[in-house]
Amino acid sequence: MIRLRPLLVATGLLALWQAICLATAVPPYILPDPWRVARTLWTRLDLVLAHAATTALEILLGLLLGTLLGAASALLLAASRRARIWVLPVLVVSQALPVFALAPLLVLWLGYGLPSKVAMAVLIIYFPVTAAFHDGLRRTPQGWLELARVMGARPAAILWRVRVPAALPAFGSGLRVAAAVAPIGAVVGEWVGSSAGLGYLMLHANARMQTDLLFASLLVLCLMALLLWQAVDRLLRCLVVWPSEPLHPA
Amino acid sequence: MQPVEPAPGLALAVERFAFEGRLLFEGLALELPAGRMTCLLGPSGVGKSTLLRLAAGLLPGAVRTASDGEPLSGRIAWMAQSDLLLPWLTVEDNLILGFRLRGADREVLRAARERARVLLERVGLAERARALPHELSGGMRQRAALARTLVEDRPIVLMDEPFSALDAITRHRLQELAAELLRGRTVLLVTHSPLEALRLGHEVRTLEGLPARLGPPLRPAGNPPRSADPALLALEARLLEELAGAGREPLGVAA
Repeated sequence: MIRLRPLLVATGLLALWQAICLATAVPPYILPDPWRVARTLWTRLDLVLAHAATTALEILLGLLLGTLLGAASALLLAASRRARIWVLPVLVVSQALPVFALAPLLVLWLGYGLPSKVAMAVLIIYFPVTAAFHDGLRRTPQGWLELARVMGARPAAILWRVRVPAALPAFGSGLRVAAAVAPIGAVVGEWVGSSAGLGYLMLHANARMQTDLLFASLLVLCLMALLLWQAVDRLLRCLVVWPSEPLHPA
Repeated sequence: MQPVEPAPGLALAVERFAFEGRLLFEGLALELPAGRMTCLLGPSGVGKSTLLRLAAGLLPGAVRTASDGEPLSGRIAWMAQSDLLLPWLTVEDNLILGFRLRGADREVLRAARERARVLLERVGLAERARALPHELSGGMRQRAALARTLVEDRPIVLMDEPFSALDAITRHRLQELAAELLRGRTVLLVTHSPLEALRLGHEVRTLEGLPARLGPPLRPAGNPPRSADPALLALEARLLEELAGAGREPLGVAA
């Protein structure tokens, strides 16, 4: 029953959508009914999938690079006090900039192709990953650090063998947020200027009143985002097998 | 598990030590006789744990001298009230954590692992070597922590209320085990239980007042672990009286 619940909710929402279309007789270029969207998706599957592949690549590359950069920054901030006092304020101020406003600049600098979209995704992912991981690195339970000190641990070993694993659950929360927002970055990048990708296809379809195609693209984008989130969640569950709270908050 | 080298005594001298605006210690000197277990007893908040931290070198402000004149670094092991097992490491990997943190080479690591297996056997956890800490009960975890302290094989062992979070039966068993496994080492055991101190300590010292003063060493008859016979229980009652009397607050006020 619990496994079926999402399916039931989805079916219910689709039925509601179909009912609204039937009841209001709204023209399909304003709101196509789900049946029509499904048919369009089927007949134009090749087109949608080709564009979806582009977007998927942008998202994955963005997620990978953004996570690597974010993790590296957090480690740098944790390892060096000097880095912390110089870089942390810059990092916070950089978040005050609306990333969407940078999209036209990125297209101008990096061109219409893949790099500007990946850069957009990286920008949007970078901060949540850095902030979450850095926070986790700062909150190592005091008792573990004291134990390591009495054991005569080298500082690098404390970072790698105690602080980093202890911060993995926090890093995981950052990564989950990143997986959820990465598609936004890629699609916004495509809206500003591109010749491929689901964002491009949606804009294109919208301009030609092919609202059913727009909905079909949106559907595929949603599915991709859900799959990505699920995959990241699975991976993190394999990595972090212990209860997220320390057994003793020492 | 006898230590390889004979354990030195440890002398601790604190000139003045203030913590959060309170003068905790002034002109305090504590002597831990070599190869003996000293139990430090006192009410909570008196600074027992702070004194232990000073002895461990976790806090600055104490002069520490080993009776053999050699430097102390690398000769102290520490066991806290909570087990401090790392939740992502198996029990066995937790036991050899110190060696990993010091960057031990493969040869040393293998010897440590061997020692860890022997000690897991001794504390009755051989079957659970590959388990993660959250899969164990509180008593098992504290046994693993005791084994980890012993794998370190340091002549001086400092223990900060290591059994106080356990139920009475588990505590009793672990006390016996600790007394047996720590024989021959110089041990400082901080506790708030007079009975625990009397059962385990070659010497029992009390810490009370503000700034805290050490009472004279009390040496119960016989060798630890002592059974709780009437004589020991009488001693416990006397100690309790003494400790309660020192920091006496008017009992009638609360009632």
